Amino acid sequence: MSEHILTARHLVKTYTQRSGRFGFGTTQVKALNDVSIDLRVGSTLAVVGESGSGKSTLARCLLQLQPLDSGEVLFLGRDLAKMHASELRDARKDLQMVFQDPFASLNPRMRVGEIVGEGLLIHGLGSAAEQQKNVMAMLKRVGLTEADMQKYPHEFSGGQRQRIGIARALVLHPKVVVCDEPVSALDVSIQAQILLLLKELQQEMALSYIFISHDLRVVRHIADDIVVMYHGEVVEQGKVADIYREPQHNYTRNLLAAIPGKKVANG
Amino acid sequence: MTVDLQNEKSAKALPLLQLEHVSISPKKMPARLLVNDISFNIEAGKTTCVVGESGSGKSLTALSIMGLLSKQLQLNAGRVLFNDPEQGILDLTALDDERLRKLRGDKIAMIFQEPMTSLNPVLTVGYQIGESLTTHLGLKGAQLKNKIASLLEMVGIAPERANSYPDELSGGQRQRVMIAMSIACEPSLLIADEPTTALDVTVQAQILTLLDDLKTRMNMGMLFITHDFGVVADIADYVVVMFRGEIVESGPSAQVLANPQHPYTQALLSCVPDAEGKKELKPIDYAWLENNELQVLAAEAMNE
Repeated sequence: MSEHILTARHLVKTYTQRSGRFGFGTTQVKALNDVSIDLRVGSTLAVVGESGSGKSTLARCLLQLQPLDSGEVLFLGRDLAKMHASELRDARKDLQMVFQDPFASLNPRMRVGEIVGEGLLIHGLGSAAEQQKNVMAMLKRVGLTEADMQKYPHEFSGGQRQRIGIARALVLHPKVVVCDEPVSALDVSIQAQILLLLKELQQEMALSYIFISHDLRVVRHIADDIVVMYHGEVVEQGKVADIYREPQHNYTRNLLAAIPGKKVANG
Repeated sequence: MTVDLQNEKSAKALPLLQLEHVSISPKKMPARLLVNDISFNIEAGKTTCVVGESGSGKSLTALSIMGLLSKQLQLNAGRVLFNDPEQGILDLTALDDERLRKLRGDKIAMIFQEPMTSLNPVLTVGYQIGESLTTHLGLKGAQLKNKIASLLEMVGIAPERANSYPDELSGGQRQRVMIAMSIACEPSLLIADEPTTALDVTVQAQILTLLDDLKTRMNMGMLFITHDFGVVADIADYVVVMFRGEIVESGPSAQVLANPQHPYTQALLSCVPDAEGKKELKPIDYAWLENNELQVLAAEAMNE
C-alpha cells in the first residue's frame, strides 16, 4: 500500500448536457465511469485517450478541483474529500498541476516573480526574502534568469512560458504533479527540451507524475505505467513496455496502430 | 500571363509546380526576409511535405502559391510556375486577381488546419461543398445534388449528411467535408496546411489514408505542410526542411529521414520521440547549430 502515493477508487463523474432542439432536453454524459488508478512513488503514470475520453476530468477530479459524484481519492492513504479545509489546503501544496496551454494559464497582469511566488505566499512558506530566493532558484533551475522575474508572461515564447508553469508548480516542492498535456502546444524541438527538464526534475525532487497526453510517442518516452481511457472508462492499464508490446484491448491496438511514422520507427 | 519560354510539348514534361527563388518580407521592412530564396518542385501524383518549426516560413510559402499573402507582406522576388493542363505554364505571381480567383478552388485547392473555423456555421455542408461546383463548373439542380452526394461518399460520409450543419459533425467529419470541398473541382494541386494537427491520432490516421488515396486516384500533386516527422514518414514522397525562412535540406523523404545531411535536420529528427522508446531525445542546440552553419558557409565560400 505504501508504494502508492496517490490512489483513486471507483471515480464517477457525470455531466448534464443540454440537448435536442433549443436545448430543452438534457442528457447525462459519463465523463468518468468507475475509474480506478494507482500512482507509484517516484514514477510517471500516463493517461491516454482521445478528446472527450475523460482524461482532463480525471486530472481535475484527482486534485479536488472538481467535485466527484462518487468514489474516493487517497493521497498517502487519506481521503482528500474527507479532509477539513485547512488539511486540504496543506495537501494541495503537495499536489500541483502543470497546464496544457502556457498562453492561457498565466495571469497576464502579474510579473513572473509574482506568479511563481504566489504559492509560497499563500502557504506562508518562509520570509519574504526567503520566498524571493526560492523563486529565483526555481526559475534558474528551469532555465530562466533572475531578470525574468520582473517580466510579464507575454514577453516569453511558448516554451519559456511552459518553463514558468513548471517553476510555479514545483517551487512548493510538491510530491505529486499532474501534467495535463504539457507539451502538446509546443514545437517538437521545444517539446524535447521540456520533456527532458521534467525527467531531470523528477529525479532531483523525487516527484511522481500523472502525465496526460494524446501523443503515444511522448508517453512511450516519459511514462512507466499507462492508463488507456475510452468514453470515460479505463479499458486497459499496466506497464508501458508491456502494453506497447502486447495491447489487449481493441481500442489500445487502434491507438497504437495510428501512431504516425511507423516507417521511421522501424527503419 | 503565359510564360512562353516553354512550348506545349516541353510543358508536359515539366513539374506541376515550380517555386523559383521565392522571397517574402514585410512591406515596411523589405530587408527582413521571412522566406529567403526558396526553390522546389511539386510533381503530379506525388506528395511534397514541407516541415519546420513554427516561424520557419512553411505556411507563408503555401499562402504565396495561392496568392493569399497578408496585405502587410510582399513577394520580393521569385516566380511560382504552375503547369496548367489547359493554359500551359502560368506564373502565379504575375496573374491578376481575376485569373487567380478562377484558378483557386478549381485547379488549385487548399485545406486548412482548423476544420472548426473554416466552415460557415449557418450553411449546410452540402451547400458549402456545392458553392465551388456552381462557381467554377456551373452545376445546378439534380446534377449538383448528385455530385455533392458522390463527393461526400468519396470522403466517407453518408450522402444524407449534406443537409447537416457543421456543428452537427465531429472534428474528423468536418475535416472530411473540407476535403470534399477542396477536391470538388478535381484540382491538379492540393495544398494542405497542417490538416490533421487538430485531430485525434486515430482520426488523423484515417484522414492521412484518405488524402493519400485521393492523391493517387486523381493524380493530384499535394503540398503537405506539417511539423510532425511521423506524418512525413507516412505520406511524403519528397520532403523540404525549412529553418528560419530557408530551405536547409530537401530530397526524397525516405532518403532525408534515414540519412539527413544538414545538421539542423539531424537535430530536429533527434527531438522526435519514437514509439519504441529506444531513442534518446536530444534538444536542438541552436548556438552550436549557428556556429556549425557558419563553418559550413565558410567552407562553401572556400570551395568557390
